[in-house]
Amino acid sequence: MFASQSSFVMYDEEFKRINVAIEKLLRESNAKVIFLVDKNGQLISAVGETEHLDTTSLASLTAGNIAATGGLAKLIGEKEFSILFHEGEKDNLHISIVAGRVILVVIFDQRSSLGLVRLRVKKASDELGQIFKDLADKAESAEKGGGTQSPFAEITDDDIDNLFS
Amino acid sequence: MSFINYASREINCKIVYYGPGLCGKTTNLQFVYQKTAPDAKGKMISLATETERTLFFDFLPLALGEIRGFKTRFHLYTVPGQVFYDASRKLILKGVDGVVFVADSQDERLDANIESMENLKVNLEEQGYDLEKIPFVIQYNKRDLPNVTSLEELRELLNPNNVPEYEACAMTGEGVFETLKAVAKLILVDLKKGGA
Ligand SMILES: Nc1nc2c(ncn2[C@@H]2O[C@H](COP(=O)(O)OP(=O)(O)OP(=O)(O)O)[C@@H](O)[C@H]2O)c(=O)[nH]1
Ligand SMILES: [Mg+2]
Repeated sequence: MFASQSSFVMYDEEFKRINVAIEKLLRESNAKVIFLVDKNGQLISAVGETEHLDTTSLASLTAGNIAATGGLAKLIGEKEFSILFHEGEKDNLHISIVAGRVILVVIFDQRSSLGLVRLRVKKASDELGQIFKDLADKAESAEKGGGTQSPFAEITDDDIDNLFS
Repeated sequence: MSFINYASREINCKIVYYGPGLCGKTTNLQFVYQKTAPDAKGKMISLATETERTLFFDFLPLALGEIRGFKTRFHLYTVPGQVFYDASRKLILKGVDGVVFVADSQDERLDANIESMENLKVNLEEQGYDLEKIPFVIQYNKRDLPNVTSLEELRELLNPNNVPEYEACAMTGEGVFETLKAVAKLILVDLKKGGA
């Protein structure tokens, strides 16, 4: 049997909690930008100085990066590399995996430090992990309770065709 | 795996273009990019070798408009077709919602097409997907060239299940949007059923 590939669903309540958590991390770690990406490359949320950032591209490349290093890890017998750090001339990237499936990216400059970011990320990860667990539980119980009413259950062929007109 | 965000009222889906080396996957995305209004697309990212062969993936985000108050976004990816990049292809298939198989219609690429289709099946199965159950369309590309295999033969070898199929010349764009629309439609129909 093939595992059913259910959608990844985000609800208002958890979305708010996530944003509160990463806003807090942004302040406490003195970071410039923080974003959360699904392992498949879809942006979940971004906070901080995001106006001039192409967050969609960042999300896709981050996921590609994690996927590639995950592949490397397996080849040498590791489960995964849970933290990646890229040092630039001005800005640095700290990438970590939260709750096994979500990628947390922190962009910071000399106003912060790797040590501080590491420390705060660790704390925030526990909190985020709990939120994603709640989210998964919610989605699961929704599914058991007769399946979530898909917002697309009512769409017509015309709706779909109109997208391309 | 589609991502439905009730908070921002968005739905994101991932489409992967698969097929043998040089069949025209990247060219498909380039044409879509060129013909899409600036406000409906993001940057196209190509991680390629110096000779423009795809090394890891191409990525093109598209925003198609709204359905029932939800913004629909499609993330288009291509895999590297060259045989020895198999590890990368597996990674890119993760979380896929729909697949386009781009076949190279030239006679001398017939074996390469068959091998790539087989490779697609194996790699999908490894991720727990069944090619017969996911949104899937086939494009017979490079129909403009003189040395092409007949449609009947391609169909028989590559499309036993009769999925939607399109003839194309990705270089001029013929058939490119038809292919994309077809797979997008299958994905949305799947979502409608709640099975995605
Ligand atoms: N004649 C003709 N040439 C095409 C067509 N589509 C693509 N090409 C050419 O085929 C070559 C390879 O195209 P790409 O799009 O880079 O192929 P690809 O599938 O991305 O290849 P990999 O990245 O190696 O997997 C390029 O020179 C294209 O211009 C077509 O419909 N007709
Ligand atoms: Mg390519």
